[in-house]
Amino acid sequence: MTADALAMGHELRRWQRFSLRERILRSAFYLVAIIAIVWSLQTIEIIPEFLYDAPQQTVDLFARMWPIDWAWYPEVVHAALIETLHTATLGTVLAVALAAPVALAAARNLTGSRVINLVARFILVATRSVHAMVWALFFVAVVGPGALAGTLAIAVHSIGFTGKFLSEAIEEARPGPIEALTAAGAPPLAILIKGYWPQVKPAFLAIAIFRWDINVRESAVLGLVGGGGLGMALDAALSNLYWDQAGLVLLVIFVVVIVTEIVTAWLRGKII
Amino acid sequence: MAVLAAPARNPFPPNWPARIGLIALAAYVIYAAQILDITWTRFVEGLGHGGRFISRMVPPDFSADKLELLRHGMLESIQIAILATVIGILLSLPLGLAAARNLSPAPLAWATRTLIALFRSFHPLIVAILFVKSVGFGALAGVLALIVASMGFLAKLLAEAVEEMSMKQAEAVRATGATFLSVVVMAVVPQVMPRFIGFCAYQLDSNLRNSALVGLVGGGGIGSTLFTAFQRFDYDFVLTIVLAIIAIVMVGEIVSGWMRGLFQ
Repeated sequence: MTADALAMGHELRRWQRFSLRERILRSAFYLVAIIAIVWSLQTIEIIPEFLYDAPQQTVDLFARMWPIDWAWYPEVVHAALIETLHTATLGTVLAVALAAPVALAAARNLTGSRVINLVARFILVATRSVHAMVWALFFVAVVGPGALAGTLAIAVHSIGFTGKFLSEAIEEARPGPIEALTAAGAPPLAILIKGYWPQVKPAFLAIAIFRWDINVRESAVLGLVGGGGLGMALDAALSNLYWDQAGLVLLVIFVVVIVTEIVTAWLRGKII
Repeated sequence: MAVLAAPARNPFPPNWPARIGLIALAAYVIYAAQILDITWTRFVEGLGHGGRFISRMVPPDFSADKLELLRHGMLESIQIAILATVIGILLSLPLGLAAARNLSPAPLAWATRTLIALFRSFHPLIVAILFVKSVGFGALAGVLALIVASMGFLAKLLAEAVEEMSMKQAEAVRATGATFLSVVVMAVVPQVMPRFIGFCAYQLDSNLRNSALVGLVGGGGIGSTLFTAFQRFDYDFVLTIVLAIIAIVMVGEIVSGWMRGLFQ
């Protein structure tokens, strides 16, 4: 009889992977997702007339790019490439310099004031949310077209990313060495340099290298809105409908991105 | 540092490699600034322009016709982001599986990896330019460009997640005589899904940001509204748009964080 009851008990007990609340929330999410997809599909404006000749246009695009106009490289593209690399590097250096104080202010274990924390966090989110291209539009209007606008755009946009990860690295620092320094009577600057810096340094270098990699990609297109570098050459080629020159710039960007990826991977392996 | 140098025996001797590195960095900054023609006078002049620029931006323009333009552009951007994310996810599933070296044959894996690297190496903006040429101006070019970007990111991370999973379960399922599809459904999906959903949430977030961008080159959405406003020197409307973009990106970040929490 007891065995019977046990068997029945087993049958009655239903095992479920998720709680009722989780299942309701997930079903609601699926529903919202489906509604959003259907809404997007139904209302997005697509002009069918443009689609009829899309295959021809695509073939035409590549046909016009070939043969690539190699002669344009020494004339314009080489200087633009150098400008792009300097824009990315200088922008990253400037970004790190600007982000460091903001990150210090945003780290909750270092800066006690909640108000300062929140202000710093707002700066980090706001600079990150506005894309580098939009910053470039802004700085082109302020300092005129050219590499300066591009560098400032790269620098300001990178503050958010660099500062966020830097402040997280500071918050993860072990309190032991810092308490030891404080107990020995070290002044704040010494605590910063000898307590936090050695702990944060690997993360700091990794963040800077990673950001440089991203910034090379970004600075290659900033010129489309007047930020100097390869984008400017691409924009010139496209406005003149010289697709063979555009093809050259695209190829150069591709090579630069691949080389940057290899260099950053090598640097990461060497430093960390 | 001067404070620390006071005791007879310096407990922290000067770090010469670091100092030389810093000096080299400073030298590079000066050199690069010269190459890029960055001068102090230009910077100071720029500050004046910047002041005038900001004074023309404030207060932001909230008039009804401008808000209608904003609403239209914003909705299109959101649609672009949603469609690009969904189609990007669907396409990156087979690509990611094909690129995983522990599941697919080596030639296929390498071919797929090269394709994914190609997708990733071009900025969405450049891809958008090419699509504007092939399918014309408008939202479709933006959607297609962001699909390529999504595939590059999601397929790469999916392949990495699949390569890191435990092969024991796949072998167990395979030992029962299951087909490849059953192995994927029973052994791969349960291990990889939570992480993949996290990547997808991040990609939605990222597509929302980038959908504000593709419009700059004719890919539709709020970017084209923004670019037009810039070209018409409509700077007070520019500020409205930028504020709206910041708001929508923050909402997107909250939604994607909430989505990640729901499926962890």
